Amino acid sequence: MEWDWDFVWKIMPTLIEGVKITIIATLLGSVLSTVVGLAIALLRRSPTRLISMPVSFAAEFIRGTPLLVQLYFIFYVLPDFGILLPPLVAGVIGLGLHYGTYTAEVYRAGIDNVPRGQWEAAKACNLTGGQTWTHVILPQAIPPMIPALANYFIAMFKETPLLSVITVLELMNQAKSVANSYYRYVEPMTLVGAFFLTISLLSVFGLRWLEKRYGRIER
Amino acid sequence: MIDWSGYLGLILKGALVTVELTLMGCALALVMAFIAGLGRLSRHFALRALATAYIEFFRGTSIFVQLFWAYFVLPLFGFTLTPLQAGVLALGLNVGAYGAEVVRGAVLSIGKAQYEACVALNLTRYQRMRHIILPQAFLIMLPTFCNNAIELLKATAVVSLISLSDMTFEAQVVRAQTGSTLVPFGTILILYFLMALAISRFVRTLEKRLARGLDGVRV
Repeated sequence: MEWDWDFVWKIMPTLIEGVKITIIATLLGSVLSTVVGLAIALLRRSPTRLISMPVSFAAEFIRGTPLLVQLYFIFYVLPDFGILLPPLVAGVIGLGLHYGTYTAEVYRAGIDNVPRGQWEAAKACNLTGGQTWTHVILPQAIPPMIPALANYFIAMFKETPLLSVITVLELMNQAKSVANSYYRYVEPMTLVGAFFLTISLLSVFGLRWLEKRYGRIER
Repeated sequence: MIDWSGYLGLILKGALVTVELTLMGCALALVMAFIAGLGRLSRHFALRALATAYIEFFRGTSIFVQLFWAYFVLPLFGFTLTPLQAGVLALGLNVGAYGAEVVRGAVLSIGKAQYEACVALNLTRYQRMRHIILPQAFLIMLPTFCNNAIELLKATAVVSLISLSDMTFEAQVVRAQTGSTLVPFGTILILYFLMALAISRFVRTLEKRLARGLDGVRV
């Protein structure tokens, strides 16, 4: 099998279209998982066991099952209950929920790392629960966890090819359709790998920078 | 009314393939993790470079792409793999790359005093690794290996896309034959979760057993 550069240039625009969708899905998924993770982390700390227990179980369950099956579930089972989602929305929800359970752990560690004295000081200053969270705890907890969060976003980026199974036209799906119409697999598949490698290596550099910028906090 | 018993048997047959894949994948991943992890700590530049290239490549591209590459592109170079072989190869190499970083981190986390004591006792490099460093480092690796094994279990769902009849594949078959989506996908979600639970139980038992001789040594 020969590597054909003409073919590479011919399919490049199609693949670039796919890269765009892949990046959009990753960005939206990251935003969703940031929110979902925070919600899970806060709900798990709830003093009411009736709230914290089911949330913990649900998070464990989502983390213990494959993203692929969850995507099938969202895309094929929810319509039975009258919830019909466009593929990209279903994919973003799947990514966001799945990685939300991971980021929840990051939030938990970040929140646990805020010294006890801060909680006590907030109480001594007569802050309400909401004020304590928004003005004292979260501003200190979030910067150190930014690198860890970014790490999961990179992981999420690498999972986006799974969205192709629920008919999202992202990079992998574009490559597959190109490969199927020309019966050439070497170039499209290798290019997909190259795209992923390039983007994730670039993001790793970004991550290093984030680590330097936010990794350590002065106490 | 659909007779579910036959379909359940189909899913259980798929579950067996999933378990088989997970076990073989874990075995390959463990071997690769130690080879690449220790390779990265080697004195020889060539070994270090090789191990780093392997780790960065397999961590930088998605498992999905690697699997498709192994199954569709390798045959064009003359290596034809069965779906099972391609699955085990991609899963093992991918998770092995993550495991290698765990091995490296754990070995580096062993205190300097241990190395100095080994030099003082005139142990060879091999003896030092085999009898002093690895037994302590292995215990530190175990919890992360547990997470990696669960990641591998979840990644096996992806092999259904290269026509290997694992649990997810059989669920799709059941869906196609019965038209019901909730039952097959619900069942396999629960089965995956139970398998993940089994893995974490197993590793926790192993951890307890290995920690027995190291009372007081472990931080």
